[in-house]
Amino acid sequence: MNTSFSRWGWLALLALGCIAPFVLYPTFLMKVLCFALFASAFNLLLGYAGLLSFGHAAFFGGAAYVCAALSKNYGLTPELAILAGGVFAAVVGLGFGALSIRRSGIYMTMITLALAQLVFFLAVQLPFTGGEDGLQGLPRGRLFGLIDLTDNIAMYFFVFTVFCLGFWLIHRTIHSPFGQVLKAIRENEPRAISLGYDVARYKLLAFVLSAAITGVAGGMKALVFQLASLTDVHWHMSGQVVLMTLLGGLGTIFGPAVGALVIVSLENELADKVGPWVTVIMGVIFVVCVLAFRRGIVGELLALRGRRPGTPQQTAEKTP
Amino acid sequence: MELLGIPAKALFGQLLLGLINGSFYAVLSLGLAVIFGLLNIINFSHGALYMVGAFGALLGLNYLGMNYWVALVLVPLAVGLLGILIERTMLKHLYKLDHLYGLLLTFGLALIAEGVFRYYFGVSGESYPAPEALQGGVDLGFMYLPLYRGWVVVASLLVCGATWYLIERTSLGATLRAATERPELVQALGINVPLMVTLTYGGGVALAAFAGVLAAPVLQVNPVMGSNLIIVVFAVVVIGGMGSIAGSIVTGLGLGVVEGLTKVVYPEASAVVIFVIMIVVLLFRPAGLFGKQA
Amino acid sequence: MKLKTIALAATLVATGAAQAQLSDNIVRVGVLTDLSGAYSDIAGKGTVVATQMAIADFIAKEKPAFKVEMVSADHQNKGDVAANKAREWFEREKVDVVSELVTTSVALAVQKIAKEKNKIALISGAASTRITNEDCNDVTVHWTYDTYSVANGTAKAVTKAGGKKWFFLTADYAFGHSLEKDASEVIKANGGEVLGAVRHPFPGSDFSSFLLKAQSSGAQIIGLANAGADTINSIKQAAEFGVTPKQQLAGLLMFVSDVHSLGLKTTQGMYLTEGFYWNLNEETRAWSKRFFEQQKRMPTMVQAGQYSSVMHYLKAVKAIGSDDTQKVMAQMKKTPVNDFFAKNGSIRADGRMVHDMYLLQVKKPAESTTPWDYYNVVATIPAADAFQPLSGSKCALVKQ
Repeated sequence: MNTSFSRWGWLALLALGCIAPFVLYPTFLMKVLCFALFASAFNLLLGYAGLLSFGHAAFFGGAAYVCAALSKNYGLTPELAILAGGVFAAVVGLGFGALSIRRSGIYMTMITLALAQLVFFLAVQLPFTGGEDGLQGLPRGRLFGLIDLTDNIAMYFFVFTVFCLGFWLIHRTIHSPFGQVLKAIRENEPRAISLGYDVARYKLLAFVLSAAITGVAGGMKALVFQLASLTDVHWHMSGQVVLMTLLGGLGTIFGPAVGALVIVSLENELADKVGPWVTVIMGVIFVVCVLAFRRGIVGELLALRGRRPGTPQQTAEKTP
Repeated sequence: MELLGIPAKALFGQLLLGLINGSFYAVLSLGLAVIFGLLNIINFSHGALYMVGAFGALLGLNYLGMNYWVALVLVPLAVGLLGILIERTMLKHLYKLDHLYGLLLTFGLALIAEGVFRYYFGVSGESYPAPEALQGGVDLGFMYLPLYRGWVVVASLLVCGATWYLIERTSLGATLRAATERPELVQALGINVPLMVTLTYGGGVALAAFAGVLAAPVLQVNPVMGSNLIIVVFAVVVIGGMGSIAGSIVTGLGLGVVEGLTKVVYPEASAVVIFVIMIVVLLFRPAGLFGKQA
Repeated sequence: MKLKTIALAATLVATGAAQAQLSDNIVRVGVLTDLSGAYSDIAGKGTVVATQMAIADFIAKEKPAFKVEMVSADHQNKGDVAANKAREWFEREKVDVVSELVTTSVALAVQKIAKEKNKIALISGAASTRITNEDCNDVTVHWTYDTYSVANGTAKAVTKAGGKKWFFLTADYAFGHSLEKDASEVIKANGGEVLGAVRHPFPGSDFSSFLLKAQSSGAQIIGLANAGADTINSIKQAAEFGVTPKQQLAGLLMFVSDVHSLGLKTTQGMYLTEGFYWNLNEETRAWSKRFFEQQKRMPTMVQAGQYSSVMHYLKAVKAIGSDDTQKVMAQMKKTPVNDFFAKNGSIRADGRMVHDMYLLQVKKPAESTTPWDYYNVVATIPAADAFQPLSGSKCALVKQ
């Protein structure tokens, strides 16, 4: 991690974030931010702990539904509803983690997928989720009971603030001793165990953290679009976040956000013009990334600047 | 007569339907099990190749006048060649890397295939008629069985049986299994291991396409038929044990039957029962029902 | 508090800017439909063509002072895709009215967005009566048909003709439930009995196990509470599994495009209720011929209804010289609808456009003389009888 990303760099990004909604379409920016947070949280688990979950849609969409139901049916204010979504996702993440980390590799991934399918099933069947229709017409509400979020600009700044908080949390986690142990586990699990670390506990904690932040992103997205639907819990959503993270750069701090920006922009611009070709383009990106571009956009940029990003490619070159 | 509080007639009917679906699962997961079990490749494009097989039959009929029986042989061969091409140009670069990348690559290929076909055919797809010889049906008393569906069971069991025999009981199969466990040693014995790997991948893909041709008269041939099935098929392979051919056949058939039962009792859950089973199995038998302990 | 002021100021600036541009002399019509999925034949590209025809005819005949533009998009039968597209159209592209909206979950979602952004939603393709009952609002017009009117026609006719015992095969979402419910009420009111129902996922592909259940229920009539590709596949697979002809199928919502796909041999004798048939009279034939020249298919009622609703809207805008939502809605509700599509049509307080419906029966292959000549008109159901009476309405806008 390039620790020399200076204070000025951060400030510049913050300033950019504050000006952006007056230049670009705010709803688009909010979508990017939600997915950037989602992808960054996912990256915590994959890029830093080395655990591939194919079930993150359960956290994202599940929290979206919880947040939606609370704000629509119980009139909860947005910050509380989103928080509730995050807590829900954390609890589900605890369950997923506890069940899946006993296994490793593809088995672990398949368990997360299966569990996510269970959540999908519940989303279809439970009455409160509205089945195929989803939960529609969600009120954006008043932040802290004071600020009306119906206005796009106000909502944007709320989303931006939450994103910054979430991002900061991830950043702190990666640079903490906890984060270092995660990296150690990813690089060489037997050695980490032999050094006395309770590997299972670390993995579980990473899972819960990743799930919780994903849940916050999901709740936010529901309120931005005032809709929670089955698309949010479908396994395609899980696949999308993998794509974003891979494209942006696994194991880099900015990678997933960059990946999210690219993918959301592509979808937005191309969906009307080319229809199903968007899927084809996504597929081509996947293929190209895996074959020739494994470090992702940010990873390649870092490599060009002569730094060494830690990616699974290097770790995987050891025998499994 | 009632069993479990359900009229027996209805029960048997659903079970038979379940067996028919199970045969599909068995053939599909067979190809996947072959590819993973022998090559350690997680082939996420399996569903898409199944779909390509079905479209191959449809397009063959519409543009080349290819009838069903010819399609049943030619299409798997053609798609198998496509698989060989994929393996030679793309997959072989990933063997040294984490399995993750093989999964992601094949996932990407699946997206490409699905997108292209969706562009040309929309999502609802087209219908493909069953061959003349297999139209109509027979009244079994408890249900009316369309002949074609009965054929599906027969064809699937034949193909599954033949593949299992080939891999587990012939010397070719033995060489193949040896090559995946100890590639350098087998290579040293003079056997062209990369060629075997390529052919095996092609074979697994051909099995997927075969399932596609089988499925074409039953379902609408549409671009998303593969992605609807792929995770179920993965679940079957994982439950059966990823290295085990017999495991995926038995699990595929078994799942079809279990799904059929579920449809009688609690139909909405039929889509999810496989995943419940998978979680339970993986917790108690980590390598799957028939898997070899890693 | 400061943030609130800033937000308030920003809102005022935004809406102020928007107001100045609403009357920017362009009326933008959005067509949001299913271009590639289960309903693409019923609605889809044909509705885009119909809208283009309406706009072209309007400009040619009425010579308005303003320009008319059209945008279209594929909602893929997904409520969230539709809602996001509608939102983007309203917020960014100054679209004034969003139309078509086949698939109930789409219509319900977009209705709400339209209300929030104070724009108009003209619904042609979607079916559920919820649109004008529980989910009604004052910016929505439900134009072409709904589950009540088709169920009322078909279920009544079949029950009266002797089909007393019913079992439903229902698409498991708001539309299917709505159709099942409306049909059940009609069946019971006419002395019939509903033995049960089975729900299939939407969209479905393999109906074998559901059909088996229907078979073992002992019902005489299997009501298909689904539409489009689902209906077509249900009918095909019912034949495959020997469900027909022992039991009869009632397609509760069928379109001329479905009959075209299935062929007269399979569908002959089936009753169905539609809001439009291209071969009804000289007027319908003339319009449909023009449509056929562009689409190479005869129009379904959704496509004809799309033309009719867009034309009515444009005429209303011209009449009052404004595209202000509330004013246009008032004008549309005031003006009766009398064109090739609807006779004796009017828009009620709940947003429902009531017009004559037609009870049709599919011809035998020998009876059909020209391509697409599929129906015998059994009866015309007058507007007053065809739709759910206002007295039974759950809409908050209807004063009881």
